[in-house]
Amino acid sequence: MDLQAYIDSGVLELFVAGQLTDQENKEVQELMLKHPEVLQEVLQIESAVIKLSSAMSPGNNKHLLQLIKDKLHLGGKDVKVVSIEKAKYNWLTYTGWAAALIVGAGLLWTMNQNKQLEVQVSDAEIEKAYLEVQIEEAKTDLAVKQNLLNVLRDRDIISVPLGGQGDFANSYAKVYWNKSDNSIYLDAQGLPNAPEGKVWQVWSLTLNPLTPTSLGTIDNFNDDDNKIFNIANANESQAFGITLEPAGGSETPTMEQLHTLGVVSQP
Amino acid sequence: MELDLLVSNFKNKDEKAFEKLYNMYSDSMHGVIFNIVRDHEIAEEVMQDVFIKAWHKADSYNASKGRFFTWILNIARNAAIDKTRSKAYKNSNKNLNAEFFVDILETSENLNDKMDTIGIGKYVKALGEKCKKIIEYLYFKGYTQKETSEELDIPIGTIKTRNRNCIKDLRAMVLE
Repeated sequence: MDLQAYIDSGVLELFVAGQLTDQENKEVQELMLKHPEVLQEVLQIESAVIKLSSAMSPGNNKHLLQLIKDKLHLGGKDVKVVSIEKAKYNWLTYTGWAAALIVGAGLLWTMNQNKQLEVQVSDAEIEKAYLEVQIEEAKTDLAVKQNLLNVLRDRDIISVPLGGQGDFANSYAKVYWNKSDNSIYLDAQGLPNAPEGKVWQVWSLTLNPLTPTSLGTIDNFNDDDNKIFNIANANESQAFGITLEPAGGSETPTMEQLHTLGVVSQP
Repeated sequence: MELDLLVSNFKNKDEKAFEKLYNMYSDSMHGVIFNIVRDHEIAEEVMQDVFIKAWHKADSYNASKGRFFTWILNIARNAAIDKTRSKAYKNSNKNLNAEFFVDILETSENLNDKMDTIGIGKYVKALGEKCKKIIEYLYFKGYTQKETSEELDIPIGTIKTRNRNCIKDLRAMVLE
């Protein structure tokens, strides 16, 4: 095909004017794709016609674009509708929401965990305080017992067993007398609890003549755990006895209620 | 080629592509429409109709049938001509028979403030009378070769080459 003759025939000008048949249009299209000079020619023709017609334009028409877009529901307020439709197939949106939900759930879970941990911590604090008290008590207890042990081991201590008397043969007690500090430790584990309205009273005795001296009543006997009582004793005791007396104690021992008695063995 | 991509996107209802194509061809279409209807308001009205139609008919465009410019030019011409045939338009007593695009370039009817309009008008005046009419009929009125030959009283066989020469002259004026 003679391209120049084809171009010169004026067919391309009619092509741009839209005056060709479908068959001719197709032919021009194919030649344009094959031959750059044909395309170039068409572009020049088109460009010239556009320039001329543009010069005929009576004025600015940019504002019309917005009116057209409004009528086509493009952009602006109707964009939302479009985007919602698109969102149906938008995996990113789904993933976004899913991620947000997961993060939200995770946050709630974490907050819950935190609260639980706070409760646990406060429980632990309480338990710790309780244990501290117990430890303190145990320490105190240990110190008391250590002290007792030290007292019992002291070589200056005089140990006086008190045996059951008369009807109270099952009763017993023990006195540890520390002469150096004028006190006794009475181990009264072998005595029953004092009945209501009664109280145990401890006596220091001299035997010739038999003279009882009250060392006091043991008012807290029933409440005491180890039944060991530290009592001041500045007497030159020769024996110790324990009687059950009416509350408040008596001036002289009630001999019928003498439960235990022990004589101090002279070194 | 960029235009192909633009048109292809436009066919897929791409708003951005539509805007670009509007910017590329709106002045030209505005000119073509105004040349036919000769009324600013009506021209604006037809302009909107044309581009709305183009949007809706985007699917029907096929490169094998011609240039995109030619396609939208055809829509614009038809819409403008349809408008002049409406009752309302006829009642406005417009007499269009004697008017050609050259009038627009020569008179103050053109409110276009584009600098090159004046220059183009000056050159286009230099086109032969027959050329002005051939271009008017073939491009701006959408007459067939036969209609054009009858209107101008020249043999149909010579329309093609005469037009070629006229466009050649035009190209020399507006592109060089």
